[in-house]
Amino acid sequence: MTLVVNRIGPGASIQDFGRPGWIGRGLSVGGALDPVALREGAAVLGHEPGAAALEMIGMGGGFTAEAPVLVAVTGAGMSCAVDGAPAASYAGHGLEPGQTLEVGPARVGVAGYLHLGGGIAGEPVMGSRAAHLRAGIGRPVGAGDRIEAAGGGRPGRALAAPDRFAGGEARVIETMQSGMWSAAERARFSETVFRKHARSDRMAARIDPEGEGFALEGGLSVVSEIALPGDIQITGDGTPFVLLPECQTTGGYPRIGAVIPADLPLVAQAPAGAELRFRWVSLEEALEAERARSEELRALPSRTSPLVLDPAGAGNLLAHNLVGGVVSADDDGEE
Amino acid sequence: MPDVVIGRIGLTGLVVRFGDALSDPANRAAIAFGAALREADWTGVSEVSSSLVSAFVRFDPFVLPHSELEARLRELVSARDWTGADLPRGRRLHEIPCAFGGEAGPQFDDLRARAGLSRDAAVAELTGTPVRVLALGFAPGQGYLGLLPERWDAPRLAELHMAPQGALLLALRQFIVFTDASRTGWPWVGSTAFRSFRPEADDPFPLRPGDEVRFQEVPESEIEGMRASGADGGRMETLP
Repeated sequence: MTLVVNRIGPGASIQDFGRPGWIGRGLSVGGALDPVALREGAAVLGHEPGAAALEMIGMGGGFTAEAPVLVAVTGAGMSCAVDGAPAASYAGHGLEPGQTLEVGPARVGVAGYLHLGGGIAGEPVMGSRAAHLRAGIGRPVGAGDRIEAAGGGRPGRALAAPDRFAGGEARVIETMQSGMWSAAERARFSETVFRKHARSDRMAARIDPEGEGFALEGGLSVVSEIALPGDIQITGDGTPFVLLPECQTTGGYPRIGAVIPADLPLVAQAPAGAELRFRWVSLEEALEAERARSEELRALPSRTSPLVLDPAGAGNLLAHNLVGGVVSADDDGEE
Repeated sequence: MPDVVIGRIGLTGLVVRFGDALSDPANRAAIAFGAALREADWTGVSEVSSSLVSAFVRFDPFVLPHSELEARLRELVSARDWTGADLPRGRRLHEIPCAFGGEAGPQFDDLRARAGLSRDAAVAELTGTPVRVLALGFAPGQGYLGLLPERWDAPRLAELHMAPQGALLLALRQFIVFTDASRTGWPWVGSTAFRSFRPEADDPFPLRPGDEVRFQEVPESEIEGMRASGADGGRMETLP
């Protein structure tokens, strides 16, 4: 149940839902940039949603199975090939010893996830297997490393690959410092088109406005206050940064608002240069969005369907329809 | 009580802020209020902490709606004068060996001269009285300690420099004990072998807001020895 890493891009690490509960001690929650993709992979392989997976930033990787192992790739649009033959992402595949899995660079999105059956095994630190590189927990995964499956799960199921990796509109709520900006400035924030900056990482996404920034007159400073993923910090020169899972736990920059949790993966996964817009919503709308998202996530396992294999043997059909692809649900006769 | 603000942070957090600027009463209030919240143990609350001048509550709004939590917080705020509250029980006193000045604290001499103190008087002032852990942040377990007397109000340096893990820095009227080596603009005055974050330990964060820290002067060679042996040389006791 072990996979050897032959090649991998920088910044790849093991991630799960992180370690909530330590903000007051200076440790941010950490965990996957796109927790929805973690849940999607868990639904495809049929294991627990909180299981750990390998997060790959921008670049994919090459792997060889040392023993039979189940794999699935979710998140950013990355091509997959088993022993050189195209294979579907968002689908579970069984690898035999010696077989290789090649995951290509992200065509769209930022973070792709390689899931192993039952999740990636490893000793949890403070209740989580997630690397928190900023805090010095864990380390990046590199070539030559071995990653081991906990065991369990099943191959042959698939999910339609979602279309949420190219930026778009994120909903935001007002928070306690929003009032430092005038109503006109807050309105302008929601009318502005932003572009994701290439200098974004697991701590924060820099988003550059088209036109003027959002600097506060007089550069007002605030006493250092708890900071959370989703907070939109505005630095002294007016540039917004959306905080991500590995953010600092306190921040002295004022915050114009917060991206709601349901839309944070959209910001995290927007590739460099992608357009992002923000729409103010009420607390009630934000909570309703959260409720709807929880229901969608709960329903993920029931939305999987059998993986359609191409009878001509040219790989499986899904390989031709990777992003926004539709999985046929009426193929009970296939193996 | 003046100046208590309750506000939203993220979709699932509320903050109770006891002042617009760091002061001893506001920090005491934040720590005492956080302890009272932990003791209240309300259903739906998943995390309580305090920072420099505020307490933070993370909660599940589908179990405990915003409006209800806010009403309960207001009620608790008005129950007493939190700025005059006793600090919570169970706090600890940490004694941390520290080498001041020289290569162990390159900016120490400048700062003690600026404070108008001889070397001995400066060390005596900085080690004589315990300082409170005001808050943790920036890096895991990293303590902000204070408040020091006015004459130690240290400004940022014009240029950034590297300070190592365990470095003791001065920031305004606060000490910072560095969790990790980091570039910083704050003056570096001493070196300790103290590890502020111990992910492998049962208690990964030895410092907690409200704890007291007393530094004990030792020669720099002893700090190196403590580092080399993996022991931080400190001692901890629970305060009555």
